[in-house]
Amino acid sequence: MKITRLATVVAASGLLLTLAACGSDPTNTSAGSDETPAASSGSAGAGASGPIVVGSAPFGESEILAEIYAGALKAKGFDASTHPDIGQREAYIGALKDGSIQLFPEYTGNLLTFIDPSATATSPDDVNAALKEALASKEPDLTVLTPAAAEDKDSLNVTADFAEQHDLHSIADLKSIDGLSLAANPEFKTRAYGIPGMEKFYGITGVKFTPIGDSGGPATVKALTSGKVDVADIYSTTSSIAANKLVTLDDPEHMIAAQNVVPLIRKDADNPDVDAVLNAVSAKLTTQSLLELNATFDGPDKPKAADVAADWLKDNGLA
Amino acid sequence: MSAFSGGFSWLADGAHWHGEDGFPHRIAQHLGYTALTVAIAAVIAIPLGLWIGHTGRLRGVAIALTGALRALPTLGLLTLVVIWRGIGLTPPIVALVVLAIPPLLAGAYAGLEAVDRATIDAARAIGMTEWQVLGKVEIPLAMPLILGGLRAAVLQVVATATVAAYIGLGGLGRYVMDGLSVRDYPQMVAGSLVIVVLALVLDGLFAVTQRAFSPQR
Repeated sequence: MKITRLATVVAASGLLLTLAACGSDPTNTSAGSDETPAASSGSAGAGASGPIVVGSAPFGESEILAEIYAGALKAKGFDASTHPDIGQREAYIGALKDGSIQLFPEYTGNLLTFIDPSATATSPDDVNAALKEALASKEPDLTVLTPAAAEDKDSLNVTADFAEQHDLHSIADLKSIDGLSLAANPEFKTRAYGIPGMEKFYGITGVKFTPIGDSGGPATVKALTSGKVDVADIYSTTSSIAANKLVTLDDPEHMIAAQNVVPLIRKDADNPDVDAVLNAVSAKLTTQSLLELNATFDGPDKPKAADVAADWLKDNGLA
Repeated sequence: MSAFSGGFSWLADGAHWHGEDGFPHRIAQHLGYTALTVAIAAVIAIPLGLWIGHTGRLRGVAIALTGALRALPTLGLLTLVVIWRGIGLTPPIVALVVLAIPPLLAGAYAGLEAVDRATIDAARAIGMTEWQVLGKVEIPLAMPLILGGLRAAVLQVVATATVAAYIGLGGLGRYVMDGLSVRDYPQMVAGSLVIVVLALVLDGLFAVTQRAFSPQR
C-alpha cells in the first residue's frame, strides 16, 4: 500500500514539476535584474550542477523559505525552481530520495526525530550534531548545511492578562498554578517536549490537557483568548502571537527541542558554490525574520510567497 | 498490511477497553454526539420538509438550499464556528447538524411528494382536514422515505462525528487524531474499524426498522 501511495506522489510530482517549470519561466524573464549576475557569476555555479528544484511543505513559511532558497540560487546563476505543497515529511523526504526535488527548507529538531525517533538532543548545537550523525548513517544520499539562527518551534503562550496576573515569564513559573489547562496538538500528550517534558524538566503535574488538532491555528488561539485554556502551544513564528499580544514563555531547560531552519539537500546537488549561496541566506535568517515574513504573507494583501521572498532577498542584499 | 494487522491487535488489547480512553467510553460519546446532532437536525428539517411536501411551496428553494449545505466542508465550518463561539460542544454539533439537514429534509419532502395524488384527493373527499390528511395519510405513506432520510443522516453523522476530536472533544475520532499525530497507524486503523462497524450496525438496525414501516404487500 505504501509503495502505491509513494508511486502516486511521485507521479503527481512529475506532473507538477512540469507545471512548475512552465510557471517559473515568466518569473525569470520579468525580473530584469537577474540578467547581470547570471552573466557574471552564472557560468561558475550553473556549470557545476544540474537544475535544483526546491520543495516545500503545504504551509506558508515553508513555501516562503523555498522561494528564498530558489531566489538566492537564481540570483547567482543557478537553474533553480520551486515545487510547493508536497505534503508531509514522509512525502517530501521520499521526493528528495528519488531525486524529483534536490533541496528542502527543513527544521533541525523535527527532521532529527523523523530520521531517528529515539533522539533525545534538545539544545540547538546538540540537535544539529545528532542530525548530521543520523543522516550519515540512515540517509546517506542527503545532508544538511549550516542551520540558520531562525527557529520555528512549539512554544507555550499565555495571554498578556494571565501573564501579568500570575507574574509569568518562563515555563517554570507555571508550577505554582493549580489546575493548569493547556491546549495543543494531540501529540503534546505523549511527546518529550509535551506533558511528560513539563513534569521532567519543570516538575509541573496535573495539567488539564485539551487536544486541538490545528497545530496552533485559529481554534487553538481562540481557546486561549476566550479563556477556555490557560496555556496554548503555538509555533513560535506564527503571526497570531503578535496579533493577539500573547506572551511566549521562556524555556530555560530546553524542554522544547531546537528547530533551526536548515537546508536539507541531496549530496549529488551539493557543492561549495551552492553551499556559499545557502549559507549566506542562513546567516541572515533569524526568528524575527520568519515572524515578519509570516506576518506579511498572512497580511491583508495576501501576497504571493515568491514576492514576499523576493522582497526579503533584496532587503538583505542577497538578490 | 502491517498497519491493518496492527489495528486488529490494538483492538484486541484489553487495555484499550476501559477507562476514559477506552472504546466503550469513546463509543458512548460518539453515539451521544450522533444522537444529539440528528435530534436537532430532525426537529429543524422534518417539519420543514413535511410542510414543503404537503403544500408544494418553496420546493425549488429547498433543493437549492440542501445542495448548498451539502457542499459545505464540515471541517471548515467547524473552524468557523470555533472562531465565532470558541471551543466546546457547539462547533461540532453545528457543523454536523448542517451535514444532517439535507438528507432529512429531502427524505421528508420527497416522501410526501411520492404519495399518490389520488389517495390524497380521496382523503380530502371523505372530509378529512388538512392536518388529518398529513397525519393519517401522507406521513404513514411517506414513512419509508422519511426513515430513509433519517438513515442517511445518521450514517453521515456517525462517520463524520470524528471531527469533534479535532477541537479536543472525545468520540471515536480521538483514536484517529491521536494516532495520526504520532504516526501510530494501528491506533488509527483500530479507531476507523470501530467507526465502520458502528455505521454498519446502525445501518442494519435502520434496514430492519424501515422494512417494518413499509406498506404491507
